[in-house]
Amino acid sequence: MASKYSNLTFKGYRRDNGRVGVRNHVIILPVDDISNAACEAVASNIKGTLALPHSYGRLQFGADLDLHFRTMIGTGSNPNVAAVIVIGIEPGWTKRIVDGIAETGKPVTGFSIEKNGDLKTIMDASRKAQEYVQYATELQREECSISDIWVSTKCGESDTTTGLGSCPTVGNMYDKLLPEGIYGIFGETSEITGAEHIAKARAINPEVGERWYKMWKAYLDDVIEANKVDDLSESQPTKGNIEGGLTTIEEKALGNLEKIGRTSKYIDILEPAEPPKSGKGLYFMDSSSAAAECVTLMAAGGYVVHTFPTGQGNIVGNPIVPVIKITANPRTLRTMSEHIDVDVTGILRRDMTIDQAGDALIDMIVRTANGRLTAAEALGHREFVMTKLYRSA
Amino acid sequence: MAIPHVLAHGHKDNVAVVVVEGVTKGMKLLGVVTADDSTFEVEAKADVPIGHKVALKDLRKDDTAIKYGEDIGRFVADVEKGGHVHVHNLKTKRW
Repeated sequence: MASKYSNLTFKGYRRDNGRVGVRNHVIILPVDDISNAACEAVASNIKGTLALPHSYGRLQFGADLDLHFRTMIGTGSNPNVAAVIVIGIEPGWTKRIVDGIAETGKPVTGFSIEKNGDLKTIMDASRKAQEYVQYATELQREECSISDIWVSTKCGESDTTTGLGSCPTVGNMYDKLLPEGIYGIFGETSEITGAEHIAKARAINPEVGERWYKMWKAYLDDVIEANKVDDLSESQPTKGNIEGGLTTIEEKALGNLEKIGRTSKYIDILEPAEPPKSGKGLYFMDSSSAAAECVTLMAAGGYVVHTFPTGQGNIVGNPIVPVIKITANPRTLRTMSEHIDVDVTGILRRDMTIDQAGDALIDMIVRTANGRLTAAEALGHREFVMTKLYRSA
Repeated sequence: MAIPHVLAHGHKDNVAVVVVEGVTKGMKLLGVVTADDSTFEVEAKADVPIGHKVALKDLRKDDTAIKYGEDIGRFVADVEKGGHVHVHNLKTKRW
């Protein structure tokens, strides 16, 4: 049934695989930590490109190595990326990432440093990067339906105002846009603790709910119970959460879950950085609650705009995905206004409804998709943080 | 409607959130239940920072704190109506 949101459009970059991007980055992607320097040199040589340095990629194995490749390939495959240069120490793993990204049809070339050295690699990769940036800058935005957009969410530096205002704002947006055919995603496995009975019941059917519960319980048993030395006070909830008035994980979790609204149900559960495979709708990604890690994983899953409720003022951004900050906390708005994109403080004053706040967020999603830089983008926040499952060999 | 000082999510809740700066001991606080916009009053028994909670009735050690109509933890000390509820008197039942 048509709603007032059905006819919303934005101007995006339609890629060869049919997906739509809202940004047009040319990225220089290191396979491993020791290739960061070459990537940063290429990005310095060729204006309009972006290096994504990170800390891993050596001697990983098993599920942890799979996650590394999934994150690398997913990041390069994200429709916000027009073309990719991949640089690694040796050609094997470099090629594996190049081949994965090439499945999208976008331009991608790999370079390896052994038998070349940094300087020759930088020269060769810079020539290709120049070609790619000139290709990308001629691509034009075209009109796309709101249903072409993939919107992720994760909140940070939460406080009691996020559960009252900014998280229900995101939930209202999902309740309105998921019926229009968008893809949505939420996660933060540990941070559902205390609200797991509600989360389980919000699955599309009991089978999916059961799988969700097993995934949540596995993290609780295998990671938290196995490694904790106290009640996680100052870690989950964080020191910032506690400063903002959150007292227990149960309280934090109930506020967190407001992000999926009143009517939305999730249709499937994804591994970290895994792209959705069950069609349009809302997904849960098994992920850390640390902001940069979670946003990086969701971006690698293919999401192009991130909605980020904050209470005390988390300043995180992402190199390839615009991160829209929403706050209901008047003190945060007053002291950190340069970090906030959507002001929903009116919800606490009772002069703004959740419905109005949801519409304000949808408006900002469309403006951001059209090209408006978010606060995090304008301030240069490009946190790209790989999730690691265990120690390398 | 006047701007509320505290918000409760629902009528089952026994704690409410201070949503303005400058709440001090002795202030008469205007409260709103967001579920239906009904109002209530509670007197602050302490200075309470924005975002922190006050008790909506006299609560005893080992009572359960209710917010969003759900269990958010266990009181580890008595707190009177209007008193500051936080990590000094409320703990998780998990972990």
